[in-house]
Amino acid sequence: MKRNRLRYDGIVVAVPVTVPYVRYSIRSAHWFLGRALAELIKRSGIAKRDIDGLCVSSFMLAPDTAIGLTQHLGVSPRWLDFLPIGGASGVVALRRAARAVQAGDADVVACIAGDANQTESFRLNVSNFSVFSRDASYPYGSGGPNASFAFLTAHYMRKFGATAEDFGRICVDQRTNALSFPHALMKKPLTMDEYLNARPIADPIRLFDCVMPCAGGDAFLVLREEHARDLGLPFARVLGTIERHNAFPDDPIQMRGGWAMDVDDLYAQAGVTPRDIDFLQPYDDYPVIVAMQIEDLGFCAKGEAPAFLRANTMTCDGTFPLNTNGGQLSVGQAGAAGGFLGLVEAIRQLTGEQLGAKVPDAKVGMVSGFGMINFDRGLASGAAILARA
Amino acid sequence: MSMNTLMQLASELASGQIRVVDLTQTLSPDFPQITLPPEAGQCWPFRIEEISRYDDRGGGWYWNNFSCGEHTGTHFDAPIHWVSGRNLPNNATDTIPVQNFVGPACVLDCSRESAANADFLLTKQWVLDWEARHGRIPARAWVLMRTDWSKRTDAEAFQNYDEEGQHTPGPDAQVVQFLVQERDVAGFGTESIGTDAGQAMHLNPPFPCHYFMHGAGRYGLQCLTNLDQLPPTGAVIFAAPLKIKQGSGSPLRVLALVPGR
Amino acid sequence: MVKPLTAPRRKNPILRTRLPTLPPGARSRPALGMTAAAAEGRFALQTCKDCGTVQYPAREMCVSCLSDKLLWRDQDGAGELISETVVHHSNNLFFLERLPWRLGMVKLDCGPSVVVHLHADVPAAPARVRVAACLDRASQAVLVAFPPEDTPNMADDRQLREMTCDPKFRKVLVTDGKTAVGQALVQALAKAGAGLIWVGYAEPWKKYPGLEALKQLPQVTLVPLDVTNGQSVKELAGELGARVDILVNNAEVHRAYGIAARYGTDVARAEMDVNYFGLLRLAQEFGPVMRARGADGQNSAVAWVNLLSIYALSNFPAHGTFSASKAAAYSLSQCLRAEMKPSGVRVVNVFPGPIDDEWNQMLLPPKVAPGALAGAIVKALQGGVEDVYPGDVAQEWLVRWRENPKGLERELSE
Repeated sequence: MKRNRLRYDGIVVAVPVTVPYVRYSIRSAHWFLGRALAELIKRSGIAKRDIDGLCVSSFMLAPDTAIGLTQHLGVSPRWLDFLPIGGASGVVALRRAARAVQAGDADVVACIAGDANQTESFRLNVSNFSVFSRDASYPYGSGGPNASFAFLTAHYMRKFGATAEDFGRICVDQRTNALSFPHALMKKPLTMDEYLNARPIADPIRLFDCVMPCAGGDAFLVLREEHARDLGLPFARVLGTIERHNAFPDDPIQMRGGWAMDVDDLYAQAGVTPRDIDFLQPYDDYPVIVAMQIEDLGFCAKGEAPAFLRANTMTCDGTFPLNTNGGQLSVGQAGAAGGFLGLVEAIRQLTGEQLGAKVPDAKVGMVSGFGMINFDRGLASGAAILARA
Repeated sequence: MSMNTLMQLASELASGQIRVVDLTQTLSPDFPQITLPPEAGQCWPFRIEEISRYDDRGGGWYWNNFSCGEHTGTHFDAPIHWVSGRNLPNNATDTIPVQNFVGPACVLDCSRESAANADFLLTKQWVLDWEARHGRIPARAWVLMRTDWSKRTDAEAFQNYDEEGQHTPGPDAQVVQFLVQERDVAGFGTESIGTDAGQAMHLNPPFPCHYFMHGAGRYGLQCLTNLDQLPPTGAVIFAAPLKIKQGSGSPLRVLALVPGR
Repeated sequence: MVKPLTAPRRKNPILRTRLPTLPPGARSRPALGMTAAAAEGRFALQTCKDCGTVQYPAREMCVSCLSDKLLWRDQDGAGELISETVVHHSNNLFFLERLPWRLGMVKLDCGPSVVVHLHADVPAAPARVRVAACLDRASQAVLVAFPPEDTPNMADDRQLREMTCDPKFRKVLVTDGKTAVGQALVQALAKAGAGLIWVGYAEPWKKYPGLEALKQLPQVTLVPLDVTNGQSVKELAGELGARVDILVNNAEVHRAYGIAARYGTDVARAEMDVNYFGLLRLAQEFGPVMRARGADGQNSAVAWVNLLSIYALSNFPAHGTFSASKAAAYSLSQCLRAEMKPSGVRVVNVFPGPIDDEWNQMLLPPKVAPGALAGAIVKALQGGVEDVYPGDVAQEWLVRWRENPKGLERELSE
């Protein structure tokens, strides 16, 4: 018999931080992570020595990991985690940090994510991403994630009758959301015509289906509610979280993610239903995976995302606010920080600290992560439901 | 007396009254070598390889290694080369008395006959006719059979093979015995590969020139060139093989002294 | 349908020759199991000895039962194309220069889904396909999905031609036209559409049957070449090295002696001089210029073929010195392979069993007919493999050698 998981009562998230994204930078990942920590300290008023938990997410820290970073940044945490798991790292960092704080293993966990981007960085990262990708996908055209998601997109379109316009809606509406978000690298509106006429990258994926690799950092704090109150920090509550890795390995091609295994558990733990969700911050390295998240997280049935997208608007003031700061498609993908972008934006929307457009009267929001195309599919998935205090 | 002769020789060499003619083919990998059935032991062709050439393999110098058989290119045959001469005294390149390397030459011009018939065989009668014109072949003289074969610069024409083997001129069995026994010659020289004719395997005995010459302690010279620059009589040959211990022969430089014009 | 390749125009001499680039060649050690099979033209996948699961990509453990008893088993490659893409962008120079590039994802009937290079004649998904493992220019195994049935001009597929060494329209040097094998090779290459065939022959005064007949082929030019003569090799390389797309080194000396049966070293030296040093001389003179032409358009330099012998793997005492010379040549060919690798020029090693020629007169059949050997070599070039074991004897020795090299040594000494 399945046990009910402990709730996260009294555990909150606060201090959403973004180290501004730039297309290229000569700074290393250490710099972006250090800036993120410095900003957390500055904005929270917590002394550096009192940060006793540290969770780090980065692709380009090598040859260091989180442990090397402690000496680099001069911190002495009693709880340390390193999450090189890309797009799910925000949600996973949250749920681990929350349990650590809840158990008293740490008082304050600084969750920081950051990556560098030099002209060579992306190429180096994709060419040596994993053993399986090196053995079995990169030698095939070396398209990187573009080619991998092209397979998933083409298959999804054939299987469920999705059209390019359906995916275009996601990109166009997210761009609208991004226009008021100061850190977004994309500053110009995107029309459906521009989307459809953009140059092909890996059929059926076009230019605006792809995120722009960049450098940057994101961070937040996990702490007890009374601690946040003492410091006078706005915070959001953690209602429920899930994570799942390498779900459905027997699916010949990815049509669903690990969310589909755990979504009922997520809503049960949070005590809400999909109808209660005021916005969704899904991981959006490509639109097809957004469509899968909409389905797997219970907003519509499998295969019905195209119709769902046609029936809704995804802007902040729309019927289904989606990636309310523009998501990675419009803000940029700062390596592993991309896994934090939606979570940090969710905290902002729920604490009233939003930097751009506001989702009116948002009380409950969902963040979803997905990542690590190890060979042919994304392995990591996670989701969290947060609520306004 | 001999002192005067030598001084006179030196002086006439210097003045050009005596010319030196090179009877030697250039040693090169392209020069064809004797061909035996493939299952037999083979004489190495001439091969040459740089050791260094003013480069990183050495310093500021150029030199080569080369390899070849004793019977490669223009070469000398010692009596020990043939089974008939195997037990003779002084039969190898290191033991042959050195005075035997210098001697007069009689040049028998068979070029017309050879052009007409690649399998031309020199006969005793042909030699007697030659003697009638040029005088008796002196004892210890080299007999050089001019065929102009050396003018065949194309290796294929030089070797002149067909399915029955090589077709090149040479002496018959009788004339060789005549030259050895009745003229006491020092040796026999040819322009083609082999002092014997290309088809001499089918003579009796096979390869009579090798058999009788070497059996009598006489020598052979092969692959000579420039015989057309020699007078029928009156030239002196210098043909000293390398001093190879128990050598059966050796490539060498063959020079002829001839009266100048 | 793939359009038939047309003969290329002559190379524009004022344009710079593009330097060779390679697809990504890094692989994990388990993945090299697929390369080992592909090198022989086989498609093998890891199969669990304990539970029978077929898995891909290669792993250290069975994905189902975690057994480490993994065997490489040949697969028929049958499967269904479930998705495809054409990439218009790449992070790798080799592909960047060859875009667009068609890829597919195939669900194999035997279990796993695989990413493949997709042949142009495969229709849109869903479609039945036949997956095969080929060596790419990085000399690593990659999977290619073909239509289930052969189509006309299949070999002319643009992507496939970047992996194979098809002689069609290519310029080939066969180093020895005097042997029956050499002559059969020339005929087979001509039939396979080679554009030009230079045929080397040493010792021009030796009359061998058949050489004259080769001259009747319009593609053929006889050229003097003696691989024992460094100068001859150098001269020929200087003359036409920059045009040779495929070099087939079939020059060999073969005598049927062991150690005791033939006193002295002359035979062994002659064998080494041709079989080993001949390869070395050719490699030093033709290797560099072929390396530079690894990406020279439709008919780039693609292959170097060595005629070795199955005796290279384990000494056949009756032909002992020949075996040793072929073992030496085999070893040297591995060095050549490593040195040619950056250019994408494939070194193809051919390990025939006894060839039906005069030097194997005393061996009873089965022997490899020269025509069959030539056919196997051309097929290897077309298929893009790098190790070929033509003939029943070679196949049997290979199996015995792989299973128990010491056992084969003992058996051969009987």
